[in-house]
Amino acid sequence: MDFGRSERGGGRKRIPSAIKILIAGGFGAGKTTLVGAVSETTPLRTEETLTNRSVGVDDISGVEAKATTTVAMDFGRITIKDQYVLYLFGTPGQERFWFVWDELALGALGAVVLADTRKLADCFPSVDFFERRGTPFVVAVNCFEGARQYALDEVRMALGIAPSIPVILCDARKRDSGKEVLINLVQHAMLTRGKRPRPENVTS
Amino acid sequence: MRSPEEFNEDRWLDEEAGPIVRPYVMTRGRTEPTRGKFDLISLVVATRTPSPVEIGLGPEHLTILRLCDDFLSVAEIAARMDLPAGTIRVLLGDLLDRGFIDVQEPHPETELDDDCFYQAVIDGLRSL
Repeated sequence: MDFGRSERGGGRKRIPSAIKILIAGGFGAGKTTLVGAVSETTPLRTEETLTNRSVGVDDISGVEAKATTTVAMDFGRITIKDQYVLYLFGTPGQERFWFVWDELALGALGAVVLADTRKLADCFPSVDFFERRGTPFVVAVNCFEGARQYALDEVRMALGIAPSIPVILCDARKRDSGKEVLINLVQHAMLTRGKRPRPENVTS
Repeated sequence: MRSPEEFNEDRWLDEEAGPIVRPYVMTRGRTEPTRGKFDLISLVVATRTPSPVEIGLGPEHLTILRLCDDFLSVAEIAARMDLPAGTIRVLLGDLLDRGFIDVQEPHPETELDDDCFYQAVIDGLRSL
């Protein structure tokens, strides 16, 4: 695998480092809206075939039991000073696809879980998943017009998440608000990544 | 002999039916690239232009090379060409094999523990 700057280009074309952030949440929570609000271009859509590889990639005996599914993801991009390119992926909202997230979450810097207070339970699977996987995440409460405003503490309590996980209000339609959510996430990821043991130490 | 009009009546293909050439035809039935891993956010850039008589490159290969004049992620190439990411990976494998592209894989998760990296991203986001 090529890490760091590619050598073969001979420095002719400088390739930045790509970073992935996941935008999760229930159906209609505003994932694509948030991706669109902060991205340079309108969200693109890609289809990816994902495999449930939880049994182990090299386990040939399990081939027939392997489940594959095709999911459509909306994504956008933010270029940071020719140095980094941030890709925001809206994860598939359907709960039955929960097992695909592991492949999507691989290598992600972190995740934003968008919550809609009118149907808060919709984001439970995302919260559970990122907690179990150890992916740093923040909860962004999308303020829909007409929805009752809850105190952030109420939302935190209803979700049952640790006090260390940021819960913030946002308006997914607004660029500045979306930017603030992402900054919060990166700050949170910086704090948590340093503290937790590296994944290879966990498995050994 | 049937007139062109008659053929039109028989036409079952339209936008809804999808492309006439199926993705697996473009990849000649291959589902895995011969070389490379190609994450959705692996960045690809074309390093040389094929000669007009280049053998073995299909129109899709050439489109990828045109798109990757400036770097693009695998996800973006797939979206712009309206093809599944799996198909793009196979085509990219061919191009990598023949030295037409440079690929930068993303940092693995285990390397995401450098504070300078996070600070640079935060500063970058703030200045947008």
